[in-house]
Amino acid sequence: MGINWIYPEHEVVRNRDRCINCRVCERQCANEVHEYLSEHDKMVCDDAKCVNCHRCVSLCPTRALKIIPSGNTYRPNSNWTNRTINELYRQADTGGVLLSSMGCPQRYPVYFEKILLNASQVTNPSIDPLREPMESKVSLGARPRDIQRDENGRMINNLPPQISLSMPVMFSAMSYGSISYNAHESLARAAQELGILYNTGEGGLHEDFYEYGANTIVQVASGRFGVHSAYLNSGAAIEIKMGQGAKPGIGGHLPGTKIVGDISRTRMIPEGSDAISPAPHHDIYSIEDLRQLVYSLKTVTGHKKPVIVKIAAVHNVTAIASGIARSGADIIAIDGFRGGSGATPTRIRDNVGIPIELALASVDQRLRDEGIRDNVSIIVGGSIRSSADVVKAVALGADCVYIGTSALMALGCHLCRSCHAGKCNWGIATQEPQLTRRLNPDIGHRRLVNLMNAWRHEIKEMMGGMGINSIESLKGNRSMLRGIGLNEKELEILGIRHAGE
Amino acid sequence: MTTCCGERFLGAGLKTGETLHLSGTPGNAMGAYLDGGEITVQGNVQDAVGDTMNHGTIIVHGSAGDALGYAMRGGEIYVRGSAGYRAGIHMKEYESQKPVLVIGGGAGSFLGEYMAGGLIVVLSMDCADSPAGNFTGTGMHGGKIFIRAQQPLEHLPAQVSQHAATPEDLQEIAAYVTQFAQHFSFDANELLQSQFYVLCPNATNPYHQLYVAN
Ligand code: SF4
Ligand code: SF4
Ligand code: SF4
Repeated sequence: MGINWIYPEHEVVRNRDRCINCRVCERQCANEVHEYLSEHDKMVCDDAKCVNCHRCVSLCPTRALKIIPSGNTYRPNSNWTNRTINELYRQADTGGVLLSSMGCPQRYPVYFEKILLNASQVTNPSIDPLREPMESKVSLGARPRDIQRDENGRMINNLPPQISLSMPVMFSAMSYGSISYNAHESLARAAQELGILYNTGEGGLHEDFYEYGANTIVQVASGRFGVHSAYLNSGAAIEIKMGQGAKPGIGGHLPGTKIVGDISRTRMIPEGSDAISPAPHHDIYSIEDLRQLVYSLKTVTGHKKPVIVKIAAVHNVTAIASGIARSGADIIAIDGFRGGSGATPTRIRDNVGIPIELALASVDQRLRDEGIRDNVSIIVGGSIRSSADVVKAVALGADCVYIGTSALMALGCHLCRSCHAGKCNWGIATQEPQLTRRLNPDIGHRRLVNLMNAWRHEIKEMMGGMGINSIESLKGNRSMLRGIGLNEKELEILGIRHAGE
Repeated sequence: MTTCCGERFLGAGLKTGETLHLSGTPGNAMGAYLDGGEITVQGNVQDAVGDTMNHGTIIVHGSAGDALGYAMRGGEIYVRGSAGYRAGIHMKEYESQKPVLVIGGGAGSFLGEYMAGGLIVVLSMDCADSPAGNFTGTGMHGGKIFIRAQQPLEHLPAQVSQHAATPEDLQEIAAYVTQFAQHFSFDANELLQSQFYVLCPNATNPYHQLYVAN
């Protein structure tokens, strides 16, 4: 092996005064960073293998460990940063396309952090959610344009199928295969307990989870893995995946090494064979083709389930959304460029797509301008990190948000961004039995329920402060938002005024 | 027997034991998600026939449009005439389920792209040009494509290897060619005695070496 030019990014610091040589860290680290040298009765480590997942840090009984940036730098250069240099070396070494995971970590503006919420003072009373009723329920689906009556003048129920949720948050698509069985079970059970939905992702639905059907969105992606009529009929809604924020324009690729056992059964492909989702659906080259898939799915499910079309937030997202709103789809899901992924080419993740805040504001406005906003509900994802992000997204026009990364963090994810390696020490993005069993679904689902209950309460509190008592009256209510440190163009796209105005 | 003219989604999700006989020209996505049913068409069919089908049989006594048998996972499709572009894209097999697509005439470009399993047989009857268009088998990583032809196909992508069919190879398709011959009154033996070429993927993991963890 040649010389490795890249100095480790992290340093594993062990406080020798505290370490009791219990070897817990050695057992917990699937990356084999820690090692016990019996002849010296001493723990040693290889920082180069550390991905900074904090598993050992959390489990060390004496808090002897911490992971810090190694601090080694090349000669400082604002143009050639350490990261840029290391990535170049890596490619010169291997000839490979850089592969990363989770959402884009680069310094791009986070517009949610440049938007402030309103509150009532004196003239319009705020509402106390502990004392007064406040509605956090939402219902997603197309709204009929006209009231229809039968010959006796009675109203005809012409409401297309809807999804009803206890709060405007759902768990976004993460396939079985990219995450573990226990992670899926945690999501499914939490969704059921909370009265919201989780999403199978494109890997099919494990037979054990059909019982959570009423809280499941079943996804149909270009690879059509595990898609058959029982699957389509098992969920509360069907999502056609056209794109993903972390990799717009790119398909999926679960390597054959991960297609084992139940994953192979659920995806319905042989063990060891690559699961390749082509970048486009090769039967969809136009909105008309999309319409055909929407209606073929509706036909095979008896027109009883809303169909969601998920796209990545890209430059012409407004025009695409306008097409989707006319395609017969009931719901549009838009995934911003910070959305997570179990594996995505680094360059795509970090350079393609646009922030969800801008995409959402412009899509909502375009659909209103065209008088077709009620044709569809809008779900947004791509880094919703807190209840404040949810409230801001709803006020910008979303009916609901998707959370993926936040949900995984409730399960233990520490954002080490190495899901693609398949050795997640927290038992999430892995299929290795000794790792997956670290995630206990009883605890996992409880933590998800806790997180959502806390958010729900905060959402109500923020709404109450604004004097608003239902999500419906918050939706698209941009007068509740003000920008801070934004230029005129940004304010114009977001459709909000600057703080102080 | 129902006469149709462009109606979409006919027979979508049809289950085992259910049959549909159509004359005229059914519209797009006929037999999508087919789940064991049998559809016979006395005429041509349009695009996306047998999309994501799981089980069952589709017999077309005419020609088929584009995206025939997209992502099919099981069942059999027999087309008497030719198929348009993008036939058999991402076909895949799973345990006992092995999709089979038999095309009597020629196929358009992109035949069997991303193919992950199953069998495609192109019999090239009454086919003046090359029996398959450009980009046949691009991204193929499973399954086999049999082409009845005097010459090997030209311009195949790197993921695809090609060899002249041996008698053992032909055994694999004999039953399906016989079925085809029965459906449309041809002589199976005559067809099977012709020269075939077999297209297989070079590897099951064509993109294995592409990435470096970052
Ligand atoms: S887990 Fe902590 S105490 Fe145990 S060996 Fe590792 S560093 Fe030492
Ligand atoms: S990879 Fe995780 S468990 Fe291993 S040393 Fe680093 S932080 Fe600890
Ligand atoms: S899911 Fe696991 S591997 Fe992926 S970022 Fe989180 S902790 Fe790391």
